[in-house]
Amino acid sequence: MNAIVIPSPAAASLPAAPASLSPTRRAWRRFARNRLGYWSLVLFCVLVVLSLGAELISNDRPLVVRYAGQTYWPLWTDYPEKTFGGDFETATDYLDPFIRAQLSRDGNWALYTLNPYGKNTINYFAQAPNPSPPSRDNWLGTDDRGRDLLAQLLYGFRVSVLFGIALTVVGVVLGVAVGAVQGFFGGKTDLAFQRFIEIWGSMPELYLLIIFSAVLTPSIGLLLVWLCLFGWMGLSDYVRAEFLRNRQLDYVKAARALGAPSWQIIWRHILPNSLTPVVTFLPFRMSGAIVGLASLDFLGLGVPPGTPSLGELLSQGKNNIDAWWISIFTFLVLVTTLLLLTFMGDALRDALDPRKADR
Amino acid sequence: MTTPPLLQVRGLRVRFGAKEVVHGVDFDIAPGEKLALVGESGSGKTLTALSLLRLAGDAEITGQALLGERDLLRLSERALRGVRGGEIAMVFQEPMTALNPLMTVGRQIAEVLEQKKALTPAQSAQAAIELLAKTGIPEPARRARSYPHQLSGGQRQRAMIAMALASEPALLLADEPTTALDVTLRGQILDLLSELQRSSGMAVLLITHDLNLVRRFADRVAVMEQGVLVEQGSVAQVFTAPRHAYTRRLIASQPRRDVPEHAPAPGAAPVLQAQGLRVAYPTALPGVRGWFGKGEFVAVQGASLQLLPGRTLGVVGESGSGKSTLAQAILGLLPCTGALQVAGQAWQQPAMRNTHANQQLRRQVQVVFQDPFSSLSPRMTVEEIVGEGLHVHERGLSAPARRARVQQALADVGLAEAQFPGLLARYPHEFSGGQRQRLAIARALITGPRLLVLDEPTSALDVTIQQQVLGLLQRLQKERGLSYLLITHDVQVIRAMAHDVLVMKDGAVVEQGSVAQVLDAPQHPYTQRLVAAAGLEISDRVQDRHAH
Repeated sequence: MNAIVIPSPAAASLPAAPASLSPTRRAWRRFARNRLGYWSLVLFCVLVVLSLGAELISNDRPLVVRYAGQTYWPLWTDYPEKTFGGDFETATDYLDPFIRAQLSRDGNWALYTLNPYGKNTINYFAQAPNPSPPSRDNWLGTDDRGRDLLAQLLYGFRVSVLFGIALTVVGVVLGVAVGAVQGFFGGKTDLAFQRFIEIWGSMPELYLLIIFSAVLTPSIGLLLVWLCLFGWMGLSDYVRAEFLRNRQLDYVKAARALGAPSWQIIWRHILPNSLTPVVTFLPFRMSGAIVGLASLDFLGLGVPPGTPSLGELLSQGKNNIDAWWISIFTFLVLVTTLLLLTFMGDALRDALDPRKADR
Repeated sequence: MTTPPLLQVRGLRVRFGAKEVVHGVDFDIAPGEKLALVGESGSGKTLTALSLLRLAGDAEITGQALLGERDLLRLSERALRGVRGGEIAMVFQEPMTALNPLMTVGRQIAEVLEQKKALTPAQSAQAAIELLAKTGIPEPARRARSYPHQLSGGQRQRAMIAMALASEPALLLADEPTTALDVTLRGQILDLLSELQRSSGMAVLLITHDLNLVRRFADRVAVMEQGVLVEQGSVAQVFTAPRHAYTRRLIASQPRRDVPEHAPAPGAAPVLQAQGLRVAYPTALPGVRGWFGKGEFVAVQGASLQLLPGRTLGVVGESGSGKSTLAQAILGLLPCTGALQVAGQAWQQPAMRNTHANQQLRRQVQVVFQDPFSSLSPRMTVEEIVGEGLHVHERGLSAPARRARVQQALADVGLAEAQFPGLLARYPHEFSGGQRQRLAIARALITGPRLLVLDEPTSALDVTIQQQVLGLLQRLQKERGLSYLLITHDVQVIRAMAHDVLVMKDGAVVEQGSVAQVLDAPQHPYTQRLVAAAGLEISDRVQDRHAH
């Protein structure tokens, strides 16, 4: 119920309206007013930024080494063991008690990262057999190959999130493009794409992936391409429907009557008004991508061996059921990630709901 | 007043959260009285009526509504259910959505009878047919077995009325009962309501924005403005001597004719000329035939028209008569056959293609649509919306020059920076319906067209706003010598704006000529009905009624 304003000469004396906000800004305000969603976004961003700097938090090399009056930067350069008084030409293992002793002798020092293990570091000097429970050396314990679980989770989270973002971005771009073309041009174009999507969508994705991974060398890039090939279809339907609805609205007809070219109508008029489902689905698509990657890894069809991955850790947890720390901590990381994304998604959906006016 | 009132409303207030929308309304309805509640959209008139039955969603309602001794606002939900559809029945604006699409009409009416009057199913089915017959639906027995979509709009509204009458209510709330119907049907439905009211002696509360309906139907009228009842009294009294300024404005807001009447220079080239224009849509054929070909739905057949510079051609007809399709063909948005020349030039077919010649033509002919809410993209600023035409047609223009042109166009339609600080950066949602329509006119004017197609430019607006927008269009026509192709179903708008008229029915032009000729001496029976339905002779009818 909006009060009617009768624009008469007297209307000139109306109180000046507050500064104008674009629909996007208003949606953002509504989003920010949802505390759960807003703080989920903040926390998620902090976690992602932290994981992007994982090398500075969890690494088997010290950040800086001062040895015999000289400064070394092991994070960026490999130094042979001989540099620090060892016997071999091989790269230094900074976890070696001998090297540690060397680096802490008279005037030498080394600045270690918070957690002195990298993503693939195997602690050959562990006190307990692998998988070892949480201890002072390995705060969250180690996995069955003796790798530090905290480091694994940190790097695994990063891989999951980056993979999720990449898959979402590519999926959204493809989905929006296909949906836009279908919805805008309609008719035979729409029909052709629709049939193609039906055929493509009925392919047994998982079997193909199994066959595929047996033939080609697995890599993250290949996996990304493969999942992208199938991941865009759900979205294009929504964008298509939005375009079909919006293209017959009067503002599009008015633009046509002005002689605006098709691409301009798509880009300036219809697309900005058709993105609501796309934006609403973003967090849910991303959590879907993360779960997808984790399940493929769990089945051993995902990232190549040696890549830190939450799914692989879960399968280790299953194989070593008495090593409770593997399952519990991996589960916690995965659930926290997905929960944050879901909270964000809920807040976003409310913020973009046209029935919810600003209050 | 000798008889005690049927319903006494005292200090009715309705609020949603912190926002009060109805601020203390008092009125009475006597038994058998016809009261009209008039106001513009957002004035709270519908809400007032819905609150009486506590049907207004999660609104907080305070005050009193006494039906006899009972206060409807304090009745238990259970007792109120007995009143709803019992002593007080309701007829809604849109019968298509108010009827259950999966139940036959007869069954829906019978259900009311079973619940309210405890009839057996067989008795109620028979009574439903009788009720339908009473509302004047032909073949009531067959119609009772029809589903709502199988009925026409007028029949659906009749069925709704039959349903409301099923419980023999003492009061009928009719919320814009004719707004969704075509003009020619409005009068019939209103006459039906009058007749039923007289025969059954029930009281009617008619909620409407249409003053013609009020004059034609009601005994008393109550005028609402922004949640306040500003004036009430008998129809004759309020219409002849309105006391409140708002009522005066409402009554004065009938469109006024103020257009250049002098004949155009002889031999002036027409801005628009069409001969035997035909527009058809492909439709899917049923069954196997649909595999091999497409059917054709002819929306406009053999239309011939001519429009001279500085003149207005009105196109009237009801929904589905093909008048909007005609407009789109003229705008070059639909393929058509026959001779069509805009500004002395034909569209290069297919007209949807943006060839150079078509682009030149598009500058000459622009459009203003009916619904100011869907005709402006909600995610573009005023500057982007109004400046769109310059982006397309005058690419070389520098940004400051473009901005100056946009500001000029906005000033031309009466939107000034002084009134809306930061006007150019605002978004459409910040403007009211009339202001949005001004934006749409500015967008159309910026390319300097000679012909403006106005597709129901004021039907979505309130009457006072309608008058202002029509005034703006008249001024622009005088200043710039624009030609208008005015599409409308409202005979009064035609009378105020048009020089020539074209009447369409089922895709064909049934009558055309000068406005005086067509409206004052209509030849075709359809035109006669249209003109009569528009209530142009109501003034004498009202006098008739109040004479005795």
